[in-house]
Amino acid sequence: MSKIQSAFANGKAFIAFITCGDPDLETTEAAVCAAAANGADLIELGIPFSDPTAEGPVIQGANLRALKGGVTTDKIFAMVENLRKKVSIPMVFMTYANVVFSYGAERFISRCAAIGIDGLILPDIPFEEKEEFLPICKMHGIDLISMIAPTSADRIAMIAKEAEGFLYIVSSLGVTGTRTEITTDLASMVKIVRQNTSVPCAIGFGIAEPEQARHMAVFADGVIVGSAIIKLLAKYGRQAPPYVGDYIKKMKDAIR
Amino acid sequence: MTNQKGRFGIHGGQYIPETLMNAVTELEKAYEYYKNDPAFKQELAELFNEYAGRPSRLYYAEKMTKDLGGAKIYLKREDLNHTGAHKINNVLGQALLAKKMGKTRLIAETGAGQHGVATATAAALMDMECVVFMGQEDTIRQALNVYRMKLLGATVVPVSSGTGTLKDAVSEALREWTTRIDDTHYCLGSVMGPHPFPTIVRDFQAVISQEIKEQLLAKEHKLPDVVVACVGGGSNAIGSFYNFINDKEVRLIGCEAAGRGIDTYETAATVNTGRVGIFHGMKSYFCQDQYGQIAPVYSISAGLDYPGIGPEHAYLHDIGRAEYVPVTDEEAVCAFEYLARMEGIIPAIESAHAVAYAMKLAPQLRPDQIMVITLSGRGDKDCAAIARYRGENINE
Repeated sequence: MSKIQSAFANGKAFIAFITCGDPDLETTEAAVCAAAANGADLIELGIPFSDPTAEGPVIQGANLRALKGGVTTDKIFAMVENLRKKVSIPMVFMTYANVVFSYGAERFISRCAAIGIDGLILPDIPFEEKEEFLPICKMHGIDLISMIAPTSADRIAMIAKEAEGFLYIVSSLGVTGTRTEITTDLASMVKIVRQNTSVPCAIGFGIAEPEQARHMAVFADGVIVGSAIIKLLAKYGRQAPPYVGDYIKKMKDAIR
Repeated sequence: MTNQKGRFGIHGGQYIPETLMNAVTELEKAYEYYKNDPAFKQELAELFNEYAGRPSRLYYAEKMTKDLGGAKIYLKREDLNHTGAHKINNVLGQALLAKKMGKTRLIAETGAGQHGVATATAAALMDMECVVFMGQEDTIRQALNVYRMKLLGATVVPVSSGTGTLKDAVSEALREWTTRIDDTHYCLGSVMGPHPFPTIVRDFQAVISQEIKEQLLAKEHKLPDVVVACVGGGSNAIGSFYNFINDKEVRLIGCEAAGRGIDTYETAATVNTGRVGIFHGMKSYFCQDQYGQIAPVYSISAGLDYPGIGPEHAYLHDIGRAEYVPVTDEEAVCAFEYLARMEGIIPAIESAHAVAYAMKLAPQLRPDQIMVITLSGRGDKDCAAIARYRGENINE
C-alpha cells in the first residue's frame, strides 16, 4: 500500500496545497510545519510554473511571486529534504509537465523519491498521456495521481481503474479558485469511482469555508484546499504560518 | 510508449487538463465525420470562394525579381483574402464545424489581432457569440484591430497576466474553455495546441499550397523550387508547405522572428533558440530556461511573438524536411518598406519576415528557379508601429 493512503486513515483527510517559495522557501517550510501540526493529513507542494494554465488568479499570483523571488526546482528539492526531517505526513508535488520534462523525467522523479516525496500531480497530463511519466514513477515508488472532472462522464471508470495513491476529483468546471457554490453532481461521480477502485478520493477546486468542506467531505474521503491558503500567504507574507495553522485546524475540525 | 494520437514524430499529443479531454475528443469525432461529408465540403468551398475571395492570387513579382537578380519570384497573396490575412481560411472551417456541433459561442486568442478579427467576422456571419482574448500589450500595439473586433460585435478581453502577449492570451482562452464548454468552441488560431487542433488547422490552411501548386503548374508547368513563409505557431507556413511535403525537390523554408537577434534574450525564434518541451497542450520546441519556465519572448511582430511552434513544424525540422531560419526586426522592417516601394504591396510585418529572407536567398538562385513567398497578411495594421520604429509618430 502506498504511503499516501495513510493520509486517509485518520477520518476524512484534509489536503493542503502550498506554492513553494511564496513569498520565500523559509515561509513555505514553516507553513507546511504549521499545517501538519494543525491536522493536515497530506501536503501538496506546488512547484511554480511560469504559465499555470489550470490555475485561477490566486494561485497564478503565487506562482509568479515565487518565480520572481528566484525559486527553482533545485532549491525546492533542497527545502523538501530539510522539511522531511520535521514532517512525517505524506507529501506530493503539484506542477506542470514541462517542469518535470525539462529537468529530465528520470532525474526529477528519482530525486523526488530520494527526498521523501510520495506522489506527483500534473494537471496537464491526462490519462492518455500518462505513459510519459508513469513507468518512471512506478520504478521509483512515486504515485502519479489521476484527476477526474465534472466533464469526465464515460471516462471516470477508465481513469479510476488505474488510479494510484488517491483520486483527485475536480469539483467544478474552470480553474482553481474559491467558489460560492458547487453544483456538480459529485455523488454520482463518486459512485462510479467506488465501483471501479478502492483508492481513496478527495475533492478539490473551490473549497474555502468549513461549511463547504463539511458538505464535500460527505461525498469523498477528503478535501483539497489551495487558493484559500494561498490568500493567507499573500495577505500575511512571512507572518502567514500561524494563520495557516489556525485556518487548517478550523477546516480539519469541520470534516472530522 | 507515449500516446500516438495526434503525433508528429515525438511532437504533438494532448497535454491538457482532464476537464477538456471530452471536449477535444468530441471535436475530433465531429471533424473526422464532417471532413468527409460532401455537404460540409461544399458549404466550406462556397464560403472560401464567395465570402473570403478565394482562390487568392499567385502574383509574379517582376520588378522584385529583376531587382534581386536571381530566382523568379511569385507572391501568394493571402493578404487579399477577406479580413486581410490567411487566418480566415481556418476560422471559416472551424466556425462551420462548431456550428454543426451545435455550439453557439466562439472564443479565440489573438496576437496581431488578425485571428481575432477573422473569428469575430465568422461569428458575425454565422450568428454566434464571440469573445477574443488578447495580450494587454498587443491591444496597444494593434489598437486598430481591437476596434475592428468590437465593430464586428465581439468582446475583446485584454489579458494582463504573464507577459501580456500571445502566449498569455492562449493560456487565458484555455482557462475560459475549461469554465464553459457546453456551448463554446475554442477557435484556436494556429497549428498548435492539443490534438486535433494542429491537424484541423493545417487541413483548413492546406488550401494555400494546393492553390500554389495548381496556379504554378498552369503558369510555369512546374513545381516551385523554394517556398518561403513566416512562422509563429506556423499556420500559414504549414498551409504553404503541406501539399509539397512529398515533393522532395521543393525546398520549404520557415522564417522565425529573431527579434533583436538569436544571440540576445529578446527573440522569439523557437527552433533556433528553444528546446523540446510540453506546453499549451503539445510537445514541441519552446523557448524556455533550464528549469522549463517558458521564456518571455520578444518580436516587433505581435503575430510571431510566441515561445513555441506547431508540432508538425517541429517534426519537419527534426527530419530535415523544412528549414527554419531567423529573421530580425530590422531585416523585417526593411523588407516591409522594400516591398511597399518595389511592388506597391504593404505586407503584414509577420509576412515581411518571409520577404526578408527571400531577399537574401533569391540572388543566390538561378533565373530558371522559382521561389514562392506567402504573403500571409496585409500590413495596414502595422503602419503606426513601423512608423514608431523609424522614429516617426503618426496618428492612426
